[in-house]
Amino acid sequence: MSVFLETVANSSVLISDGATGTYLQQQGLEPGGCPEEFNSTRPEVIRGMAADYFAAGSDMVETNSFGASRYMLAKYGLGDRVEELNRLAGELAREAAEPGQFVLGSIGPTGELLDPMGTATEEEMYEAFSEQVRGLAAGGVDAVCIETMSDMGEMSLAIRASRDHSDLPVVATMTYDRGPRGFFTMMGITPEAAAEQLSTAGADIVGSNCGIAIEDMVEIIAAFRSATDRPILAHINAGIPRIEAGKIIYPDLPVYMAEQMERVVEAGANIVGGCCGTGPDHVRAFHAHLRSSEN
Amino acid sequence: MPELADIANDVIRAELDEFVERDDERRELIELYAEAPADLLVIAAAVVQGDHVASDVLTEAALGAGTEALEVMDDGLIAGMALVGIKFRENFIFVPEVLACARAMKAGMKHIEPILSASGVEPVGRVIMGTVKGDLHDIGKNLCIMLLSGAGFEVIDLGVDTSPDEFIEAVEEHEAEVVGMSALLTTTMPNMGRTIEAFIDADLRDDVKVMVGGAPVTPDFADEMGADAYGDNAVECVEVAKRLLGISA
Repeated sequence: MSVFLETVANSSVLISDGATGTYLQQQGLEPGGCPEEFNSTRPEVIRGMAADYFAAGSDMVETNSFGASRYMLAKYGLGDRVEELNRLAGELAREAAEPGQFVLGSIGPTGELLDPMGTATEEEMYEAFSEQVRGLAAGGVDAVCIETMSDMGEMSLAIRASRDHSDLPVVATMTYDRGPRGFFTMMGITPEAAAEQLSTAGADIVGSNCGIAIEDMVEIIAAFRSATDRPILAHINAGIPRIEAGKIIYPDLPVYMAEQMERVVEAGANIVGGCCGTGPDHVRAFHAHLRSSEN
Repeated sequence: MPELADIANDVIRAELDEFVERDDERRELIELYAEAPADLLVIAAAVVQGDHVASDVLTEAALGAGTEALEVMDDGLIAGMALVGIKFRENFIFVPEVLACARAMKAGMKHIEPILSASGVEPVGRVIMGTVKGDLHDIGKNLCIMLLSGAGFEVIDLGVDTSPDEFIEAVEEHEAEVVGMSALLTTTMPNMGRTIEAFIDADLRDDVKVMVGGAPVTPDFADEMGADAYGDNAVECVEVAKRLLGISA
């Protein structure tokens, strides 16, 4: 078993990081700019982000590679730099990590739909994920974290690519909406079905990120827990964004989220962290709250 | 008053009975389907089942038998989508199924459209669709376009990363009545508001209706920016476009 998975198994709860996009915008990323390009143009910012999160109390951070697939990078004219930008993402976070601190290689959706829903073939999507995994593995990550997925077909290809092209543990998380009949991904997968199918597909750690606020995440994690014995990860938004005086505000403040986070852990989460709208202050609050109540 | 048993198609009858729970919608749909002839209801059933081969063949057959194109469209294809929309809204089906249904609808519409345009029937409406400036995400917008086209709208797709000027030029060039804007990122969402302001500055705001949507967009946000309407999903997008143009669903 990898050191990472062993640490997860032997800990009551581990704390992950906060958002990447929100952080980078504060560091000058243009709205709609390519976050992963910073891995080569602003390496000090990316290294500094990992260092900030570790200093705030993160046991692990995610790499700046969420959109570093050939599909997404091609939209910025960077489609031929997949392996390089993923490797740099891994290396920069790694440089900020002390022994015992971990780096998760982030892989997000391709933005394409698989045939017959869309035009992407399984072969080319698998190849795109493989490329990304090879880059992240070369950059020295401790695990791959495939996240924000709604389609089990795309997710399964990413898990298989990770298995085939690395020895890394795989974290796999889906994104949910609350509908009139409960929680479903856009493609109609329930938390219970995902927990089962992700485990079967080869994920070591399963869970959910983004999409909903923390009160709903408590229910989603409980549903995952009812269907799997695997460790569970939850990366949670700072609430649903709204507009105040022309500015986008994420309403859930660090202390509120930290208090609610206890319920997420009680529901069955083993790793908790932030998604959109969270930052180092949130992580500090999670750490203060969850670690002080740990005896 | 017509009853469920008066519907001349087993699939439609069973689907309606199982999935349409609101009383007012049940009444409305029973009325719609009970009055439709059996050879058009099989087309509606093909759409509901996402069977594009059946929809293609049956639509062609109905037109070949001399049924008016408009009637085939209304009582067959569009009648089928009414049920699809409700099933989607209520979480009985999801994006993959809706896409299959939209494809079935399109397979029928390809026989209808040339007849309608040859006889001078205007499209239901003209809609400009685009993802706003700085945003490169288009899955949701493309779903909307597919369903809008299926419902008889002419859609001009401006793609992703669309500047306010591009929206304005497209409206002028195509004399469109509705503009639909999409955004997935909270950082690009404010560009919807900027585009609306650009329409005001260009003195064109009163000439178009603006609808917005996308994962982080909320009805409050739409209001705040001065949009005319918000749609939560692709099925709602069609309903919203119709409402904005004063067309009954």
